[in-house]
Amino acid sequence: MTDTAAVTGFDSDEKPTGAHNAEAASFGGTGMKIAGYVGMVLVFLVVAGPLFWIVVTSVKERPDIYTQPAQWWPAHPTSDGYHSATTAIPFWDYFRNSVIITAILSIAKIVLGVMSAYALSLMRFPGRNLLFVVIIAALMVPNQITVISNYALVSQLGWRNTYQGIIIPLAGVAFGTFLMRNQFLSVPGEIIEAARLDGAGPLKLLWRVVLPMSWPTLIAFSIITVVNEWNEYLWPFLMSDDSRSGTLPIGLTHLQNNDGITNWGPVMAATVLAMLPVLIVFLALQRHMIKGLTAGAVKG
Amino acid sequence: MASVYFDAATRRHKGNSEPSVDSVTLDIEDGEFLVLVGPSGCGKSTTLRMLAGLEPVDEGRILINGHDQKGVRPRDRDVAMVFQSYALYPNMSAEENMAFALRNAGVSKADAHARVMEAAQILELEKLLKRKPGQLSGGQRQRVAMGRAIVRNPKVFCMDEPLSNLDAKLRVSTRAQIAALQRRLGVTTVYVTHDQTEAMTMGHRVAVLRDGVLQQVDTPEALYDHPVNTFVAGFIGSPAINLIDATVQDGRAEFFGAAIPLERDKLGAAERVTVGIRPESWTIGDSLAKNGVALKVELVESLGAEVFVYGKPEAAGEDGPRLTVRTDKKHRPRDGEIVRVTPATEEVHVFDAGSGARL
Repeated sequence: MTDTAAVTGFDSDEKPTGAHNAEAASFGGTGMKIAGYVGMVLVFLVVAGPLFWIVVTSVKERPDIYTQPAQWWPAHPTSDGYHSATTAIPFWDYFRNSVIITAILSIAKIVLGVMSAYALSLMRFPGRNLLFVVIIAALMVPNQITVISNYALVSQLGWRNTYQGIIIPLAGVAFGTFLMRNQFLSVPGEIIEAARLDGAGPLKLLWRVVLPMSWPTLIAFSIITVVNEWNEYLWPFLMSDDSRSGTLPIGLTHLQNNDGITNWGPVMAATVLAMLPVLIVFLALQRHMIKGLTAGAVKG
Repeated sequence: MASVYFDAATRRHKGNSEPSVDSVTLDIEDGEFLVLVGPSGCGKSTTLRMLAGLEPVDEGRILINGHDQKGVRPRDRDVAMVFQSYALYPNMSAEENMAFALRNAGVSKADAHARVMEAAQILELEKLLKRKPGQLSGGQRQRVAMGRAIVRNPKVFCMDEPLSNLDAKLRVSTRAQIAALQRRLGVTTVYVTHDQTEAMTMGHRVAVLRDGVLQQVDTPEALYDHPVNTFVAGFIGSPAINLIDATVQDGRAEFFGAAIPLERDKLGAAERVTVGIRPESWTIGDSLAKNGVALKVELVESLGAEVFVYGKPEAAGEDGPRLTVRTDKKHRPRDGEIVRVTPATEEVHVFDAGSGARL
């Protein structure tokens, strides 16, 4: 039945059915289906296992954390971990720092990434490709190599324990430039020419024509940026000694240093609290990462 | 409204030894509908894009209303373009697509809306204005693209094969609508196509390009009746003209048993000429008629009202050229039959055998 459907599927109305059946046939029958589900379950366990363990540990009582055999469900659920996580360290100060630094850094990176990508893809100037290669080269330099010289410079400027000390050295955007440039280059040239003929200046062209066609890529770039900045550890750790400018990952380190080796409950509770904001941002943005925004732009 | 003048305009693309558009000189009158036609890669789209300011002019000039357009940005030329792909903004509704240029030019929201409604009425788009391009059919998108051009009331319309993505039936009806619209609006229009039927039916004048060189600019009838060379003769007309090598003897061109008298003063000392005979310039007669070509019929195509007969002259054998003869359905020969076809002497075109130029 599958074969006949695939063969007769040349009629345009029949095509989707034919293609679908052909696809199903190529993946074999029940055996492959089961293998697929087993694979999915494995991946789910690998990803969700540690998360589950963090959440469960955060609501356990201290003696229940170190027991043999392991407790997979808390015998006496408690919110003590959360209480001590938010009181043992100035948790909300770290949280505020994280929000401020992540917000400023993300906005700076997105704006700079989009603007530089626009210049490198849609404006003509001499040395454009060379400049792009230099930016890509910057992407290849590992963070750890520049960290020492950056540290020397920033502490000389007296910027340790300040927001700008953390933000400015991290605001470079080679990745965003690279990603958005390639996205902008994929926008059909005729649409850009049409907008130019319609009298759109550079900003209007970017804002009304090019960006609306690039939302999925921009959203993906934004999510990656927000998550990365929220979790950034090495540089804020070097730049801040305490809750004046330290971010949540630094707060977690302080918490762990205080009593973490023996008391994992508060550390896990603080980890859960630190994860929640990015999780919410991710869930809010990911539904916008849909394809097909260019449907109907060119041809049929 | 405006006149357009191409003054030896040339465009060289990097890496190509030959220019894409080679010293094209073309005078387009105010309100004229000019069609640029030619095979793919002949430079017709490039010529149009040069006028719109999307390609630079490397040598020569382009004047709109007598003003040299060198250094004038596309947005300042007051030229509206309809692209082959339509190039609609996918994030905007049909109305926003059409109003975009007006709003950019500082037209108030109310005025822009009024002008969009007027254009929508002409193009029968009123009910589709709130839809986005993704929710429109090919023909509707094409009309939105037209609407986007006409709301601007520009000096010049540039149309780059706007019908090539439509199906055959829609193409024929839209063809007539565009031609009627242009006459109604009276805006100078330059229309690019590779389809000679579009060229013949739509334009006041047709410019034929080949390898970036302008071959002939004339009315469709003149192009058909007096092509300047074998290229124009072969490009215009469907099915194509029969181009036959003939020897010159006693002031007559002879081929496969037929003979055409030539004008001596134009002929010079040439020993060979190329003779062009349109399919409808033959008459199928009985096999005993004099001055005819004995044609062995290989294929008969019936289009209903007319019949095209394809065959090879008996005198030439297997390697001879394939000739096309038009006849009416009453005189439909059978495959394999030998018919005698006679050219109408006064409708025969004679070209130089070497250069292909008309004699």
